[in-house]
Amino acid sequence: MAKARVSIRADDFDLGAEVAALRAGDGGVGAVCAFVGTVRERNDGAAVESLELEHYPGMTDAAIESMIDEATRRFGVRAARVVHRIGPLAPLAQIVLVAVTAAHRGEAFQACEFLMDYLKTQAPFWKKETGPGGARWVDARVADDKALARWGIAAGNVDGPAGADPAQRAGAVPEKR
Amino acid sequence: MKVVVRYFAAVREALGPGEDVEVDSRADIASLRDALAARGGRHAEALGRQRVLRSARNRVLCAESTALADGDEVGFFPPLTGG
Repeated sequence: MAKARVSIRADDFDLGAEVAALRAGDGGVGAVCAFVGTVRERNDGAAVESLELEHYPGMTDAAIESMIDEATRRFGVRAARVVHRIGPLAPLAQIVLVAVTAAHRGEAFQACEFLMDYLKTQAPFWKKETGPGGARWVDARVADDKALARWGIAAGNVDGPAGADPAQRAGAVPEKR
Repeated sequence: MKVVVRYFAAVREALGPGEDVEVDSRADIASLRDALAARGGRHAEALGRQRVLRSARNRVLCAESTALADGDEVGFFPPLTGG
């Protein structure tokens, strides 16, 4: 049985082990692309002492599964794996892994970037930073909405919902940027 | 009919994890939000139109014009900041 494509958890992950498992036994793979997001020690000019990640249990996994389905349709992904950590994280900690395999590098690079852009504004996670001045919820960034717009998908995150669920929106737009 | 409302992040901090709410049979997410905000106090502060919020019906992101059915789960939360 294939390994689960999505893991939401407090525990850290091992990039090498994840990539090895993802491409194990698949001789059609010619390219692996992996992205790891980590906790910066400063954000918006302020020191970060810790980062707390909250999510919507029961929704997050399904949302990311549908994103992987969409990436597979668009780019011919052979296998994909998303690990996202929740709970308290210290500066320098790993937060998120997106890894994909494909026959060629173009599809692998594109699918990995697409999945990260999608996840940033459409997966139900929230970050709260604690620093010397206390705790504050991290603001959503216009740049993240723009990043998803490059793929023809309206994020509707910073300015409010655009209107449809991600799968419907994805189905109504051009296949590639 | 009754719906289950769930709150996350800053909305959860203000209002708690959620509540069961009785709504009109023609309710959509927008009318539910407005009815909750009309209670005033913390609800008005957390759910009023001065806030940019996103919503989900039965754990799928959706527009506030989405109609509701008995037993639905509705999530209200700030813009998403994962990754």
